[in-house]
Amino acid sequence: MTGDADAFVRPFMVTGGRTRSAGAELRVEALVVAAPDASAASLRFERAAAVRLCVTPTSVAELGARLGLPLGVARVLVGDLVAEGHVRVHQASELSIELLERIRDRVRAL
Amino acid sequence: MSGHSEHQPISTKIVISGGFGVGKTTLIGAISEIEPLVTEAAMTERSVGVDDRGERTGKTTTTVALDFGRITLDPTLVLYLFGTPGQERFVFLWDDLVDGALGAVVLVDTGRIEDCFPVMDYFEQAGLPFVVAVNQFPGERGFDADELREALDLDVSAPLVFCDARERESVKNVLLAAVEQAILHRVTRTGVAVPH
Ligand SMILES: Nc1nc2c(ncn2[C@@H]2O[C@H](COP(=O)(O)OP(=O)(O)OP(=O)(O)O)[C@@H](O)[C@H]2O)c(=O)[nH]1
Ligand SMILES: [Mg+2]
Repeated sequence: MTGDADAFVRPFMVTGGRTRSAGAELRVEALVVAAPDASAASLRFERAAAVRLCVTPTSVAELGARLGLPLGVARVLVGDLVAEGHVRVHQASELSIELLERIRDRVRAL
Repeated sequence: MSGHSEHQPISTKIVISGGFGVGKTTLIGAISEIEPLVTEAAMTERSVGVDDRGERTGKTTTTVALDFGRITLDPTLVLYLFGTPGQERFVFLWDDLVDGALGAVVLVDTGRIEDCFPVMDYFEQAGLPFVVAVNQFPGERGFDADELREALDLDVSAPLVFCDARERESVKNVLLAAVEQAILHRVTRTGVAVPH
């Protein structure tokens, strides 16, 4: 049972015990990008690892997968990093026809 | 210059859905650059405990594994694929996965056609454009498109494609059909004439 208890407690440590944050409305495919002046040096554990990964644009779902965190926890973590200015998030609103056509052409060329 | 889109990374997603064991994981794996799995915590009803001490809620947290895939379309454009969890008890996760999707693929196994009905209903209600993709398993009787349309109660205008979820090229064509359907859906909705 010890393993289970750890698995349960750890996400709460990562997110500072909060269950809601700015991360709640983030979509799973939203791209997280480290801020140009971001430094992981002042951050610890998952927060530092997340900022390092996001030097390359990384989706919320990939962050969760890479850090071994459930989606909900990854969202809260990203929300906190956004609020503190360490990362930015790019989340597309409704795609324009032009963008849909670009996606179509690129998929066709795969 | 327009301080806009050119260098901003853009991501979008297509949802891969269908009944239990229909080939969703296989399809995503056939075309994805990565082999990722992410989990989500899910509250499910716990069967009533015999040692219930009164403060228990009867709910328990389980972990659901969600498949997803990534396809880099160009340096600033990434397409993600998200599989919906097959079991009915995880349907509540769907809204979250579907939110913001450009479209969906409904995979169908001709041996169990009826499995996709709830999925098609879901996307129709969500207003999400989708394409029906028939995953052909060997040993199953081949149906032609008309028979399948009839069985699926699918309009002649609704896209229906055949695929082999294990083949990259085949999966690519399924995704292309989904994007084309998304474009058609948008054009129709905004009342612009459909180009031929
Ligand atoms: N012959 C053949 N087998 C397939 C095809 N697609 C999937 N399979 C096999 O069918 C089984 C189920 O495929 P999955 O991709 O796991 O299906 P799924 O929809 O992800 O299943 P759940 O997540 O459990 O709902 C696996 O053993 C696959 O290897 C196909 O196109 N042809
Ligand atoms: Mg699967």
